[in-house]
Amino acid sequence: MGDLNEFSLPVKLFLKTYRWRKIDPVPWAPLKKPLNQCRLALVSTAGFVLPGQMPFDKSIRGGDHSFREIPDATDVSKLIESHRSESFDHAGINADPNLGFPIDRARELAKRGRIGSLNRRQLSFMGSITAPGRLIQETAPAAARLLVEDAVDLALLVPV
Amino acid sequence: MCNQTVGLIAAELERQGISTVALQLLRDVAQRLRPPRALFVPFRHGYPLDTANDPASQHAVLEAALSLAEDPTLAPPVLADFPAPVPRASRGSA
Repeated sequence: MGDLNEFSLPVKLFLKTYRWRKIDPVPWAPLKKPLNQCRLALVSTAGFVLPGQMPFDKSIRGGDHSFREIPDATDVSKLIESHRSESFDHAGINADPNLGFPIDRARELAKRGRIGSLNRRQLSFMGSITAPGRLIQETAPAAARLLVEDAVDLALLVPV
Repeated sequence: MCNQTVGLIAAELERQGISTVALQLLRDVAQRLRPPRALFVPFRHGYPLDTANDPASQHAVLEAALSLAEDPTLAPPVLADFPAPVPRASRGSA
């Protein structure tokens, strides 16, 4: 698992010919303090929203590059998944949102002192973005600024 | 595409001074994209933390990611492999 063979032929062909971006130079921000003093934020691209939040827009050509804020105390059973891709099995993250947005697990890490704390807000994206220009130029920098404001030390990013 | 999206967001977070670990489900994509600090997990898409409703398996992935974050010897770009699954009988509780 974890390779192109899990996809249909049209998807495989698309992914094989897609012009993947290359991060260059690669930025580097090592942790500045022990993990048990660090504030962790989760960033998921599983397309989760809360009731009352706008679902991700599946009609946007190139992918919806917006994001939603998800509070740390969220009951994961309330999360609504709106990922547009039909190329993966959604059953797992619908049965247990922690599989793609491990908020319960992160709270457990904080409770047992493995991390200092879980940030007050986590960020939810919908990862099926084939044209990432506006993500790179607009929403990723805006998301980063929010987490800098929150004095987040470490972010864990989870694709689906 | 999720693999590229998390890598691009991770890069921006690191530019703004936040450490990151990005899970990756496609090794080839991770090698081309070069997220700053990536953990390749051998699971199919839709299952990045292994198994639904199994806190122990999910914590195993998270612990591997956290260990990457706190390793001071690494230099970018990092692409580490999630270790072979631990037999269920020897897994600790969450």
